[in-house]
Amino acid sequence: MLVHTALGRAEQVARHWAAAGCPVVIHVDKKVRDRVYDKFREALADEELIRFSPRHLCTWGAWGIVAATQDAAEMLLRDFPEARHVYLSSGSCLPLRPVEELKHYLRARPHTDFIESATTADVPWTVGGLDEERFTLRFPFSWKTQRRAFDWYVDFQRRVGFRRRIPAGIVPHMGSQWWCLTRQTLQAILTDPQRAEYDRYFSKVWIPDESYFQTLTRKYSSHVESRSLTLSKFDFQGKPHIFYDDHLQLLRRSDCFVARKIWPHANRLYRAFLTDPAGAMKKREPNPGKIDRIFSKAVERRTRGRAGLYMQSRYPCDGWEGGLTGTKYSVFQGFAELYEDFEPWLARTTGCRVHGQIFGPGDAAFAGGQPVINGALTASATLRDYAPRDFLTNLLWNTRGERQCFQFSPRGNQAVTWDMAKDLNAQISVISGAWAVPLFRADRPFSEIRKEAAWLQKVEADFLHALRSPHAKARVRIWTMAEFVEAPMEPLQLMIDEMGARTARRLSEVPQMRDLDGFGQFLQDLKNQGMHPYLMGDFPTTPAEAVPATEPEEKPRKPRRPYLVQK
Amino acid sequence: MGWFESYNLGREKRFLHYRALRKRHQLTAVVNRTRKIRKRHILAFTTLRNERIRLPYFLEYYRDLGIDHFLFVDNDSDDGSREYLAEQEDCSVWTTRASYLKSRFGMDWINWLLLRYAHDHWTLTVDPDEFFVYPFCDTRPLNALTDWLDASEIRSFSAMLLDMYPKGPITADPYREGQDPLEIASWFDAGNYTISRNWRNGNLWIQGGPRMRVFFEDDPWKAPALNKVPLVRWHRRYAFESSTHSLLPRGLNLVFDEWGGEKASGVLLHTKFLDTFTAKAAEELTRGQHYGDSQEYIAYHQRLKDEPELWCKWSEKYINWRQLEILGLMSKGNWA
Repeated sequence: MLVHTALGRAEQVARHWAAAGCPVVIHVDKKVRDRVYDKFREALADEELIRFSPRHLCTWGAWGIVAATQDAAEMLLRDFPEARHVYLSSGSCLPLRPVEELKHYLRARPHTDFIESATTADVPWTVGGLDEERFTLRFPFSWKTQRRAFDWYVDFQRRVGFRRRIPAGIVPHMGSQWWCLTRQTLQAILTDPQRAEYDRYFSKVWIPDESYFQTLTRKYSSHVESRSLTLSKFDFQGKPHIFYDDHLQLLRRSDCFVARKIWPHANRLYRAFLTDPAGAMKKREPNPGKIDRIFSKAVERRTRGRAGLYMQSRYPCDGWEGGLTGTKYSVFQGFAELYEDFEPWLARTTGCRVHGQIFGPGDAAFAGGQPVINGALTASATLRDYAPRDFLTNLLWNTRGERQCFQFSPRGNQAVTWDMAKDLNAQISVISGAWAVPLFRADRPFSEIRKEAAWLQKVEADFLHALRSPHAKARVRIWTMAEFVEAPMEPLQLMIDEMGARTARRLSEVPQMRDLDGFGQFLQDLKNQGMHPYLMGDFPTTPAEAVPATEPEEKPRKPRRPYLVQK
Repeated sequence: MGWFESYNLGREKRFLHYRALRKRHQLTAVVNRTRKIRKRHILAFTTLRNERIRLPYFLEYYRDLGIDHFLFVDNDSDDGSREYLAEQEDCSVWTTRASYLKSRFGMDWINWLLLRYAHDHWTLTVDPDEFFVYPFCDTRPLNALTDWLDASEIRSFSAMLLDMYPKGPITADPYREGQDPLEIASWFDAGNYTISRNWRNGNLWIQGGPRMRVFFEDDPWKAPALNKVPLVRWHRRYAFESSTHSLLPRGLNLVFDEWGGEKASGVLLHTKFLDTFTAKAAEELTRGQHYGDSQEYIAYHQRLKDEPELWCKWSEKYINWRQLEILGLMSKGNWA
């Protein structure tokens, strides 16, 4: 048992092992003060089965830990000839199952060495980006306290092309520091005629405690079971996860024999596991699956985070968001202008939440005309325009799980156009030039209309430019108004299909298009005034041509249906 | 950052320390029990004025969390706050009649106490109406968090201010001494916060919540900042720069992940909006001792006259930290 802090807990656990008849050899880090050490030793003096091995200085990633382990193992093998398996544990390890069960488990597998051991090429868990180089470079500087020198020296050796020779007869393996070896294997490792050579070699390897026994076991063991009996999870910085009182049920269900690391003040855990009644012998295999999932989730949260979330401890730099937003949404430009009842129709057809022009003009037109929406996000134009991007990300974060659709127009705030264009989750459909329809229907002085049309055309052109740029990642569809009016069914169907709506059927109902009689003439008037409306495509000047000449004059003109295709 | 800027920041930090040293003369010890502070104790630092009614619950809450010693600066209370605190065995109290405004809203005093007593301790700097919530706070004491932060080599921990409010007018349900204020002010805004980055000091600037929604609807620039870094493993070289919103050296403000991940963070539940607030706002208005010519209080006062309702249909009712975590207001980071 390697101990360096929380000696009180180490004492408790050592007694627990000893009480079950297991001899324990304790190594206390040399960093622990002599006075504290003496007291600790005294406290355990009454236990026949507990011994103390010579103390070494243990620094993370250095040889001291291996040297300490060797000495302690030698002492254990010498003093307790009846020991058949040797379990390396630490002061912050806690046995989760009765020791009898572990004994039973090992008795049934007398020749098995439990040690996680894999070649460097196959493990993804290395910290600091060094895997094979651990074994071929020299590491005289501490990674924790002399990081610069460490990095510099590694870099230097790479440049010079320095490589250490790996001693003959061994293949470097790595794995968890916590193992359980048979007496035969351990004895063989410790009495190896080449041991001096190996020790010399490994003392300069980086983090030898994760490779010394792991490598040498491969040389001698008759049967390696490459897993650790100690449940020990590491986070993305390579430091072990810590267990607290609230992990009690999780640890119980894991059926692992030993867990580390336990928070020294986790009184409930120590009380629960060190006083567990022997009970009926459980013969279950360790099953750390659930704990694995929880901890790998934690690592993922720390490294990848929740897409679409911006908060006090997640504020990604530009481009590192992992997606501006977390859920898919649809943006429509020009549809509300062209159709009388586009929003209710879309809501009926897709079952999504359909908002109006949330970026204005004016306050955000949330679905149902609500002044405040999920997350207490207000429709206030001032607050929205204060931080338009936050407004968009907040809206989508607050309503995650339900697809949002909203209208967009060149009349509104354009601050988020690039953000949306670059967002993989956005589906943007544009009928270019449709902003002219309200102007066409408005009853205003023509000079004003002309001016506004010129402005809106410029704004929309900028938006289209963003959508067509190579940086745009959104799913973009752009139709000119002329194209769209000519054959509206196909684009509508395509759009709805892309939204992955509930029904894959053909559209049974279509929205009501506004009356466009005279629109061509309106555009011609704009042209005559010197403004060049081009975004709507080529519109026929006289819509009367579209009506077949055979049609009786007296028949009242019905509103246009979109499936009336112009010829 | 260029050398000139870092030189300027260093100069600013020395200036803050100088101010703290100078303003220490304004503080008179009422009772100083700092001899009781032991290694690894977690310390709380608080400035207050006339908060007597809140104190019993405040102390109870933080004692349960695992604060070992409280250090208070009393700014001329006349409601018995000072006397009450002086009786508490785990509190040290200083008092001053000097200007809150001129001591940079009490930060000079706090910086002095931190400099003097907090070196190498974990420190929590909170107001009497702020309640610190962190991941697993219902099952793990505060020193579980600080031990984990130590192991992860993290020196500062962020906790955004979350404004809590009651349903209905704030005067409807008067606060009783010793009561959990969250029983009354149990609602909050879940998702209307705006964030921008302050490149000079490296901190985030967060605004939003009910105060922005109701009081600063027409003038969002002036809405109060909500970003805070209350939990710091103190070193005598550190200083709070602007309230607890930012620190120097500025590496301490990097409490957020820039590469898409989430760091662990907590929340300060801000229970300002109780019935006591109306009187307080009126008083602060006449004293004029608050930030930006007390504009915040002017705005409150104007709106409070017509009994505004902070609650809205989409307000969220507080349950526990897990709820805040799911809503994305705080994060477990890689603490599991």
